[in-house]
Amino acid sequence: MSAPILAQHNTVQRSMVLWIPDWPIIAAIRIAPPNSGASGVSAASDVPLALIDRGLVFACSAAARIEGVQRGIRVREAQARCSDLVVRPYDQQADQRMFETVVTAIEELMPGVQLVRPGIAAIRSRGPARYYGGEKPAGLALTTMLDELGIAGSRIGIADGPFTAEQAARTTTIGTTGGATGGTRVRVVPEGESAAFLGPLPIGLLEQPDLVTLLRRLGIRTLADFAALPPGDVLGRFGADGAHLHALAGGLDSRPIVPHVPPEELDVTIRFEPPLDRVDQVTFSVRASADDFIQNLVAKKLVCTSLRVEIGTELSDTRPGDTEPGNYSERSWLHPRSFTASDVVDRVRWQLQGSAEVDTGLRSGVSSVRIVPEAVDAIGNHEVGLFGAGPEERIHHGLSRVQSMLGHEGVLTAVVSGGRTLADRQTTVPWGDRPLLPRKASEPWPGQLPKPLPSTVFPTPHPVHVFGPDGEAVEVSDRGILSAVLARFSPAASGRDVREITAWAGPWPVAERWWDADAARRAQRFQVVDDRGIAWLLVLQGVTWSAEARYD
Amino acid sequence: MSVAIDTIEHMFEYGKMASASATLQTVSPSTVARAPQLLGSQVQGSQARGSEVQALQDRIRSMQATKLEHRLIPTHPAIAELLPGGGLKQGATYSVDNSATLIMAMLAGPSRAGSWCGVVGVPEFGIEAASTFGIDLERLVLVPNPGDQWLAVTAAIADVMGVVVTRPPKRASDGNLARLAARLRQRGSTLIVLGSWPQSEAMLSLSESRWSGIGEGHGHLSARQVTVTVSTRLDGRPRSARMWLPDPAMEFAAVASAAIEGSGIDGSTIESSETEYLRAV
Repeated sequence: MSAPILAQHNTVQRSMVLWIPDWPIIAAIRIAPPNSGASGVSAASDVPLALIDRGLVFACSAAARIEGVQRGIRVREAQARCSDLVVRPYDQQADQRMFETVVTAIEELMPGVQLVRPGIAAIRSRGPARYYGGEKPAGLALTTMLDELGIAGSRIGIADGPFTAEQAARTTTIGTTGGATGGTRVRVVPEGESAAFLGPLPIGLLEQPDLVTLLRRLGIRTLADFAALPPGDVLGRFGADGAHLHALAGGLDSRPIVPHVPPEELDVTIRFEPPLDRVDQVTFSVRASADDFIQNLVAKKLVCTSLRVEIGTELSDTRPGDTEPGNYSERSWLHPRSFTASDVVDRVRWQLQGSAEVDTGLRSGVSSVRIVPEAVDAIGNHEVGLFGAGPEERIHHGLSRVQSMLGHEGVLTAVVSGGRTLADRQTTVPWGDRPLLPRKASEPWPGQLPKPLPSTVFPTPHPVHVFGPDGEAVEVSDRGILSAVLARFSPAASGRDVREITAWAGPWPVAERWWDADAARRAQRFQVVDDRGIAWLLVLQGVTWSAEARYD
Repeated sequence: MSVAIDTIEHMFEYGKMASASATLQTVSPSTVARAPQLLGSQVQGSQARGSEVQALQDRIRSMQATKLEHRLIPTHPAIAELLPGGGLKQGATYSVDNSATLIMAMLAGPSRAGSWCGVVGVPEFGIEAASTFGIDLERLVLVPNPGDQWLAVTAAIADVMGVVVTRPPKRASDGNLARLAARLRQRGSTLIVLGSWPQSEAMLSLSESRWSGIGEGHGHLSARQVTVTVSTRLDGRPRSARMWLPDPAMEFAAVASAAIEGSGIDGSTIESSETEYLRAV
């Protein structure tokens, strides 16, 4: 039973773990420095900042921690403890993206970096230790480099296996005075002493709350207590997961460090020297590169379903006052299926033309075009059927042509989305883009209109006038009582063209999103049939009547 | 030659006479009700004569037509009955007088049958209504604001779509219209114009709209009966029929003739045999 665990003993690697405390905060500040308020004296890092994930504080800056803000407390409580707290949502993707730059910087110094999670990276320490003449100098080299990048407070732990090294990094202490002394920023646990180092640490460090609770109830409070149990018994009682954690507690972390593989370069950059100032020249020059771009993808058995075109331009001499070296335009393009070389050229052309007519000149010369695939897919999923892809191909070409006349947003497809008002329920999407539905149509939506639905929905409701039997304006009280029956109405804003009402129904009140002052809506709806047999959907908001739709 | 012309003239006269008598019968149901007893012996003869007249009229039409024979696209049967030729023709233009529901009724058939529909220059097209009336939104493309290029956009959309709905913001020149018509014929697309159009195959309009389900401050709109009238360029006599647009089950259907005067939804079909008789003439 213990054979696999014994086999793992030999494979424990010396590992170096870099830990940047409060990384989410550092990333958030680097992306958008918080406004330090009217005082203006304090640096961005001194602003009490908290990142919120699902209503709880996910991370907080040192300044906020001094005020008593902690991870895991609720936003309102954090704001009560620190009144000038800057609250921002936690953006995991931005966090990851910012850490990529750190990983790239480390890779320039020492190869084979594994990104454990944002803020923590693991490196095999053997090579760097040899190069820098010892494990500690290697760690110091890394912290120095990060300090130069402007990321302060990074800490290093070096031990057998990444788990032990991470705990070592977390036990480093930085003196409150002179944090950069370095002596305490790197902690080296000598080879073979991992078990002794981990022993006194609490069992809670094993990140498996269920098991930890159980172990505590069994009277096991430190990692040493857990490591002292016989491995076979642990495997029998707690299974493979338990055995793995047992090995961790004994300082036998056998997980290898898997180096971060940089993604393959698929993008294409075309430079023009001298810059080109005509759309047809640019598209002609891009054609060959677009072919290469697609060929390169095909060679890797990929197709591109979404790409980004970045166009760098040089401002012409007519604007000498402008110090900016180049104008820059960037946008993403989606494709209903996958891009071909001519589709790529089309997208570049459309982006250059903008919404302008064909054959117009450019405002400034184009100096470079970069085509970056944003989403790729295996080519097998996009293979054309034996008898071709049918008529869809032709339709796509035709609609693309209309898009080139009217711009990308000129051609729309429609989706029914959720909501109570007619405007909420219809969503339009430019041809080729994916619909992003804010609300689901499958949900019940009580209060929506009964069928049949109006066939004419005015893009903007237009004002109308509604009169009672004696020609007075009709209103609805707060209790939903009509002031008079509906007798006549005029579909024109001017009040002319008064028609008799032959049948009507309502008021149907809608009070939506009262908790949000901007989106709140309180209205009464009526269906009205006029003497020409045309039915209208009228809406009364306050004392204003408007026609939202017509059943014609 | 002169003999042939004479024959055609006779046919014309004969056709006119027959149609006049047909309209007379349709407008006075009491006459129709008495017809079987009074004219029982004449029915067979008039039917035979009617079919003969129909055949001759068709022949005249084929001699007069400037176009080749058209293929029909799937159309809702209730509307197809009214249209000249018995359905929406490929490459033809139809104009609809200010009713989006009628347009949806015309689009529903082709869309169900799998053709793509384009709507150009109608920003207020009710999308959800279209989907409840059986238009597949996945095959519906909207160009709400084509601006000055509406003719070019309509032509480009007509290249790839089976049915195109458009509303001309202004009158186009005859040359452009002829070019568009040629393109429609070549591509086999059907154009439905919201508004008037000089060379339309047929003009559809609504009248006598009557809603049910709604009262004086109670109920809600649930169904509507309308009279759909189709007038054509070639035939001076407009054809009309009473239709559900839509009926309580959100379908389009022709109204059984008895239900026209009846109270609506639960209209009976007692006199359906006489309806058949009317149609035969």
